[in-house]
Amino acid sequence: LSVNKAHISKLHPCMSLTPFNCTREMSVLQEISQNVRSIKQLEYAVLARRANQIQKELSQGVRKPYKELIDVCWGDPHSMDVKPLTFVRQVLAACVYPELMSSHKLPLDVRQRAQWLLGRCDGGSVGSYLAPTGIPEIVQRMSESIRSRDGGVPCNPDNIFISPGSQWSLTNIIQVLVNNEAPLRTGILTPVPCHVTTIMSIKSLGAAVIPYFLSEEHGWALQVEELQRALESAKGGCNPVALYVINPGNPAGYVQSRKSIQEVIQFASEKRLFLLADEVYQDCVYGKNSEFVSYKRVLAEMGPPFSDTVELASFHSVSKGFMGECGLRGGYVELVNLDPNVVKYIFNLICKDSTTPVLAHFAMDLMMNPPRPGDPSYPLYNQVRNATAHEVVNSLPGFSCQPVEGGAFVFPRVFLPPRAIQKAKEEGMQPDTFYCMRLLEEMGVLVSPGCEYGQKEGTYHIRFCIMASQDIIDQVLKRLTTFHTKFMKDFS
Amino acid sequence: MSQQAVNGVPCRGKVLTVDNMNPNVKRVEYAVRGPIVQRAVQIEKELREGVKKPFTEVIKANIGDAHAMGQKPITFLRQVLALCSYPELLEDNKFPEDAKKRAQRILGACGGHSIGAYSASQGIECVRQDVARYIEKRDGGIPSNPDNIYLSTGASDAIVTMLKLLVCGEGRDRTGVMISIPQYPLYSAALADLGAVQISYYLDEEKCWSLDVAELRRALNAARQHCNPRVLCIINPGNPTGQVQSRQCIEDVIRFAKEEHLFLMADEVYQDNVYAEGCKFHSFKKVLFEMGPEYSSTVEMASFHSTSKCYMGECGFRGGYMEVINMDPEVKTQLTKLVSVRLCPPVPGQALLDLVVNPPQPDEPSYITFMKERTAVLSALAEKARLTEQTFNAVPGITCNPVQGAMYTFPRITLPEKAIDKAKEEGKVPDMYYCMRLLEEEGICLVPGSGFGQREGTFHFRMTILPPTEKLKVVLQKIRDFHVRFTQEFS
Repeated sequence: LSVNKAHISKLHPCMSLTPFNCTREMSVLQEISQNVRSIKQLEYAVLARRANQIQKELSQGVRKPYKELIDVCWGDPHSMDVKPLTFVRQVLAACVYPELMSSHKLPLDVRQRAQWLLGRCDGGSVGSYLAPTGIPEIVQRMSESIRSRDGGVPCNPDNIFISPGSQWSLTNIIQVLVNNEAPLRTGILTPVPCHVTTIMSIKSLGAAVIPYFLSEEHGWALQVEELQRALESAKGGCNPVALYVINPGNPAGYVQSRKSIQEVIQFASEKRLFLLADEVYQDCVYGKNSEFVSYKRVLAEMGPPFSDTVELASFHSVSKGFMGECGLRGGYVELVNLDPNVVKYIFNLICKDSTTPVLAHFAMDLMMNPPRPGDPSYPLYNQVRNATAHEVVNSLPGFSCQPVEGGAFVFPRVFLPPRAIQKAKEEGMQPDTFYCMRLLEEMGVLVSPGCEYGQKEGTYHIRFCIMASQDIIDQVLKRLTTFHTKFMKDFS
Repeated sequence: MSQQAVNGVPCRGKVLTVDNMNPNVKRVEYAVRGPIVQRAVQIEKELREGVKKPFTEVIKANIGDAHAMGQKPITFLRQVLALCSYPELLEDNKFPEDAKKRAQRILGACGGHSIGAYSASQGIECVRQDVARYIEKRDGGIPSNPDNIYLSTGASDAIVTMLKLLVCGEGRDRTGVMISIPQYPLYSAALADLGAVQISYYLDEEKCWSLDVAELRRALNAARQHCNPRVLCIINPGNPTGQVQSRQCIEDVIRFAKEEHLFLMADEVYQDNVYAEGCKFHSFKKVLFEMGPEYSSTVEMASFHSTSKCYMGECGFRGGYMEVINMDPEVKTQLTKLVSVRLCPPVPGQALLDLVVNPPQPDEPSYITFMKERTAVLSALAEKARLTEQTFNAVPGITCNPVQGAMYTFPRITLPEKAIDKAKEEGKVPDMYYCMRLLEEEGICLVPGSGFGQREGTFHFRMTILPPTEKLKVVLQKIRDFHVRFTQEFS
């Protein structure tokens, strides 16, 4: 089992390890943006600090019940030993160092693709700037791929805007929606539970989060009555302008049904809300009966008036799926039914912000136009993924885990005994953070607490990533099982 | 009557309109990619479609993109990056040992030994350590703490992040940010976007675009009436002007910042691009520390660098960093939190930055080739800088300050009254009209001075000196001929 020490050192830098010697008078910077201040400090920070210490102790030879730490907190497949796709890396290497293209060690389809991609760059180099909206031929291919994904629903390449990652795109679109000169603060409906970066993006722009609870008992279903309640609760407090959904989910591993998506679209239409559909896990679907269908497709299939009025932004990225290339920083947003005058301003904003790495843009082409049957690289490229981790967790008394139909995580509910909750309070920690801390100390496994993402009052969860090597998943489940059994016994 | 109205469904407006969208976003303009570039792209399309024009290609001398203009990548950098992308190549004996060593070190610092894993939001630790060492070496041993280094998605990202952090307050307390006129329009765009107050200070064209503290003071005092000035931005070497500030000037600026309690943002992305005799790059940090503890322990500052310029020109990798100096630890915590919202900077860019700050040493196999390539790029730029200044100054109606550094020339053009009137008729700013005409007639794309700011009644354009020397000669000649024709037409 290989755990990368370097990976541990990538722990969230909210913990500043070096003490700061600073004795001077009132700093210029005491006043900083309120929006930035309002971003919450992560629970993860406290766990990461301890994990770092443990890592140090391990490297100093301190004896522990385990030889290595396993960090399964983040949706970062490569750091959990999922291998990069050979085709992707061969193409990127050839683009970076074109001398490789004359090498017959690289398969023909690799060389051809690299040549095509490089030929689209200014000066034939990946070192030149990308046009803000990307390379037209690549974006054209992306739009064709989207059309194919959506069963023929047209896709206009002019409505696709690339970026260094889906969060970057999301932040840009939210920025356009937020009006700080309006009498009421802009509000965005956001699910509970929700992954942290979206919440941080919303807060950093000065907007308000309007939480709507997903229904755990119903497989984390999104219920319209709950959306209605959330919207009501916002009255007078802020001005709701948008509804953010993530499908497949994070942290909860649901995949929305067509019916559910229709209901959301109808709601957005009725209540005049802008739809933000985060679909980065669209290629991570496991359930036998689940199928990813895009918001755009459902919208189109609903026909007028919805199909030509509901305003939608859908987000995708190269970080997840089979490629898992989080470090390349590539994503895009597709805009549907927006006012063309608004799109002009979005274009301006993107121009100033224009900063997508060329390799990331190439990765988009590789993701959306993979090798086909008959191509030399096809056999190696094809992969199947299973997810059975949630079954193991669900089988443990004290855990209850909804089926994971998609996404990258397992988000089981843990029924903490009252004594454990009490102990947590004594130690000044959230109960699920306490559970995670204990798991870290005793078993060397780092997972994140449900309180990080939001959950119903009085419930507790943990989240861990299953986009990992089978080895790592097996180890995590083994250690978690041992720990959990003992924990529940100790605190009964 | 629309279908909807016919069906009895009320016609509805958009949810997101120009009226209810973020008003700040509407104020964002970025001249470097503005209307003239859009027209250039259109013309290129027309050329491809076979439309006849007085030229066969559009020369895009508007943007500081070296590779787009034919500059070759540095071999060593690309070798290491290829090894990082596809580590199987480590078995290939066509790659030199020093390249392999660096690739292995970088990969060892990545999750799962892959550049596809997220890194820490602040950047890979060993890269930050290497950056700190590079800064120490550059600044004659003045210590640099890796903890104060933040890697970023190009320098622009770090600049915008700092501004996001700093801009606050309402009404008369709204943060004011001092930027030079002329300036690199990222700054004005970012300020518009954040709703910050732009405080313009003029560089002195008569004195080679130098910075005058008296002018800084004038601008600041005027600004205090309506905002809370807290930040002073300097670009050195300058963009678009290319001036390289003297050491004395940098000291004066630092003194001014201390007196007026301003946060200094020193954009130093062109630090290797210095050409003129007698000019030298002095880092703000070095000067600060050489001014003694009274300054070095109090003045708060951030300096920025990138992999897009200098001799590398690797704009497409989006590599960069900032070093923060004397930042309040609480504020630093907020900054660290802010950068985590975007997860992390592109890992290939971080790897590239590591190579830039950790290049081949004299005892390493790649050293000779590396130095040869590096010298070739920088000396070509120096030659083109000189050629450009010379050529433009020989044209009546064009005056050009020496291109001391960076990658651009920003000559002043005299426009006949009649041309100015014609521009007004067409609803264009005069130098935009001039540049549009040049684009249509010669296929050369420049950026009008109005995009960067200039003194009222003066006109300029910014041209890059990046095209290969032979092509640059042709471009200079065409601009010269155009200018003569243009002046005659409107005489």
